Amino acid sequence: MNAMNFLQAAFAGRRLATLGFLWLVMIAVAAIAAPLIAPFDPLEIDPVGRLAKPGWPNLFGTDHFGRDTFSRAVYGARMTVIIGTGSVVVALLAGGLIGMVSAYFTKLGHFLMRGVDVLMAFPALLMALVLITLLERSVFNTILVIGIVYATTTARILFGMTLKLKGEVFVDAAVCSGVGNLSILFRHILPNLVSPLLVQASFIFAFAQLQAAALDFLGLGLPPEVPSWGNMLSEERIYVTRAPWLLIYPGILIVLSVFSMNLVGDALRDSIDPRFKDDISGV
Amino acid sequence: MSEPLLSIVDLKKHYHTKSLWPFGKKQVIKAVDGVSFEIAPGEVLSLVGESGCGKSTVGRTLTHLEQATSGHALFEGQDFLMMSSSEFRPLRREIQMIFQDPFASLNPRLKIEQTLGEPLFIHGLCSTWEEARNKIAIMLETVGMDPMVMKRHPHEFSGGQRQRIGIARVMILKPKLVIADEAVSALDVSIQAQVLNLIKKLQQDSGISMLFISHDLGVVRHISNRVAVMHEGKIVEIGLKNEIFEAPKHEYTRKLLSSIPRVKTGRELV
Amino acid sequence: MALLEVQNLEIAVSAKGKLLPVVQSVSFSVDDNETLGIVGESGCGKSLTALAIMGLLGGTTVRITGGSIRFDGMDLLTLSERERRSIMGNQMAMIFQEPMTSLNPVYRIGDQIIENIRQHQKMTKAQARDRVVELLSLVRIPNPSERVDSFPHQMSGGQRQRVMIAMALSCDPKLLIADEPTTALDVTVQKEVLDLMADLQTRMGTAIILISHDLGVISETSNKVAVMYRGRVAEAAETESLFLELAHPYTRGLLNSMPVVDSDVDWLEAIPGRVPTLEEELTGCAFHPRCASATELCLTTVPKETEFKHGHSVQCHFPGKVAP
Repeated sequence: MNAMNFLQAAFAGRRLATLGFLWLVMIAVAAIAAPLIAPFDPLEIDPVGRLAKPGWPNLFGTDHFGRDTFSRAVYGARMTVIIGTGSVVVALLAGGLIGMVSAYFTKLGHFLMRGVDVLMAFPALLMALVLITLLERSVFNTILVIGIVYATTTARILFGMTLKLKGEVFVDAAVCSGVGNLSILFRHILPNLVSPLLVQASFIFAFAQLQAAALDFLGLGLPPEVPSWGNMLSEERIYVTRAPWLLIYPGILIVLSVFSMNLVGDALRDSIDPRFKDDISGV
Repeated sequence: MSEPLLSIVDLKKHYHTKSLWPFGKKQVIKAVDGVSFEIAPGEVLSLVGESGCGKSTVGRTLTHLEQATSGHALFEGQDFLMMSSSEFRPLRREIQMIFQDPFASLNPRLKIEQTLGEPLFIHGLCSTWEEARNKIAIMLETVGMDPMVMKRHPHEFSGGQRQRIGIARVMILKPKLVIADEAVSALDVSIQAQVLNLIKKLQQDSGISMLFISHDLGVVRHISNRVAVMHEGKIVEIGLKNEIFEAPKHEYTRKLLSSIPRVKTGRELV
Repeated sequence: MALLEVQNLEIAVSAKGKLLPVVQSVSFSVDDNETLGIVGESGCGKSLTALAIMGLLGGTTVRITGGSIRFDGMDLLTLSERERRSIMGNQMAMIFQEPMTSLNPVYRIGDQIIENIRQHQKMTKAQARDRVVELLSLVRIPNPSERVDSFPHQMSGGQRQRVMIAMALSCDPKLLIADEPTTALDVTVQKEVLDLMADLQTRMGTAIILISHDLGVISETSNKVAVMYRGRVAEAAETESLFLELAHPYTRGLLNSMPVVDSDVDWLEAIPGRVPTLEEELTGCAFHPRCASATELCLTTVPKETEFKHGHSVQCHFPGKVAP
């Protein structure tokens, strides 16, 4: 089954999930073509036109520095994609590797998975807070922290799935052919995990947004000058009564995006191998 | 009888059940409890018994899919039962296994040529893909498949065809001993006969030895030279095929034979 | 009029916008005290036929497209959902291949049977419990009064299958459908279960439909046999007359494919090829691609059901002819 067929099967007859998918495509387009779409420089300060109401030319109004909120929102999409993709890559690489290796080499696994269990005992946000206070505020560090937080759940999930696949007859057959351990793990088991990994990635992508927004809101995420939806909420929260649109627009964007990602994740999950359905239940 | 290819002496495999309490008493389950037999070159020995009698465990310990508890297994005079996995690796080519479930034994994500080609490279039987594809093509024809199928994935094949591919994967390494664990049990009757004939022909043509593990006495009678009947982890009776089927000595063998439903064909009815 | 009469039953599967026939003009009947064996390989439609009788083809993908199923004078296909419910599990019961998955693991077996009884009959819990103990001893479960309170996982496969039979018999059904009831069991246990079913039949006069892939099982237990191939009844007759002279080349092939325990053969006479998949469109006789004596006629025309001998019907253009 190739990826195109998989997507087609996943979205067939699911209107809401398809809408979610289209919304995400729009976000992606906005992220890539941000300089073309945004009418103003998102960092340009205009002390005269601050806190303008939504209208023309400032579609979403301006913030307390007079920066164009619509342009910032468009550039915020870019941050959304970068943070999401980065966290997914970190979480899947770190968590996936730990989970797979732990399931295959059981002695090492005992050791590694107990470590994962300890980390999982902390609430995700708390752990992110602890880690971020040790590091500087930067895009890279935000990605790293969120990635590590979700690496734990990913490790758990991949541990379970690898364990199941390890008991499959085709793995026994490969062993009998003389295939080495690493080759079994990466050439025989990993390809069978691709579609569940895709599902897991979509959930991490969604939760990374919430996590990033929360960190930004607490002033611990991205540096304040970076236009992200979380930063926009954080900076303008004191103007909630005077200029509520400054919070409404980024708020709606976050909610819609996270909701869409979850819808897409659900759709993908329902069409993957039924054996793995129970393993993935969000992060 | 000539020098045996494989001789098993007092093979044991015990499992420990887990106790509910941290320091509770563990129970020992003796899945295989002191099994000994020999297989001569070119001979087919069947291991027959009901589920849970330990017959599959014997096969799995001999291929190091499970570690035996104790015993000896000599292959051409070399005791391999307790070897480490790296010591055992060179022997893997010689001792091959055919699995029961044709739907589970082929990796769904690999093309047939990858599944068949990989062991060739691992054991240094060829160095280029061109060479490998030639060998795969010949092997596929030998098991009655079109060589063109090597470009396809397992899900495109029926159960019987997959089992043929599974047999090709084993035979391509030119092993000396093949362990077939319920190799035809999952197949429909008409397909089972085809595959059974194929296994028998390949065995006779190449003169390999075979340990044929099955619960089906009809199949066992058809394929083997000698038969060992297993019950509760032990071999209760072992002998030439005709001795076992025509004049069973052990009570359990007799019970097994009398339990099989038989077709009353025209000749017997008249 | 027989207890169950199936006439020209048609079942189709809808896949990719097309209706693919899986069971085509299947007819048979079963009467009290009679066992009908349906034999065939996977995909021949034997299980679907059973599910159709039990009204378990509820989905939209598989549905009955024609024919009639008459049970005790009622047309099952026109009954309302409620009327059907009252018949199912009461006058008609079914046992499945997997005794482990058919029992709910979290309830005691006694409670599961009691629930079934009380759904159909007015009884107090105590009465129902007594009845269950009686049933368990009937299916020869040792210490029935204690085993009532066992959970399914505490029993062996053979015992679980016997519990399933006890449950099926709990309301004295007139018809029992057994779909591969012994396939998952060992031969020695299989014999016990089959003997038990035969014994219960002589005592209660139940009609039984036994579905199996094993000609041996069918031959030993059935009065009548229907051999199915790719959705059609290839051959049907009283068991004795069927095996006395096999009229359809498929039945002959099936019998020759079976390795037997009582004699030695060098090579099995396997049927070449494989069962065509549902998607493959066939013209003429469904068996012609695998038949050694197929002619032009077999390729173009679907054979009609003809009477080979008295009470022995066959769907073949050249019944009884041995391949050259």
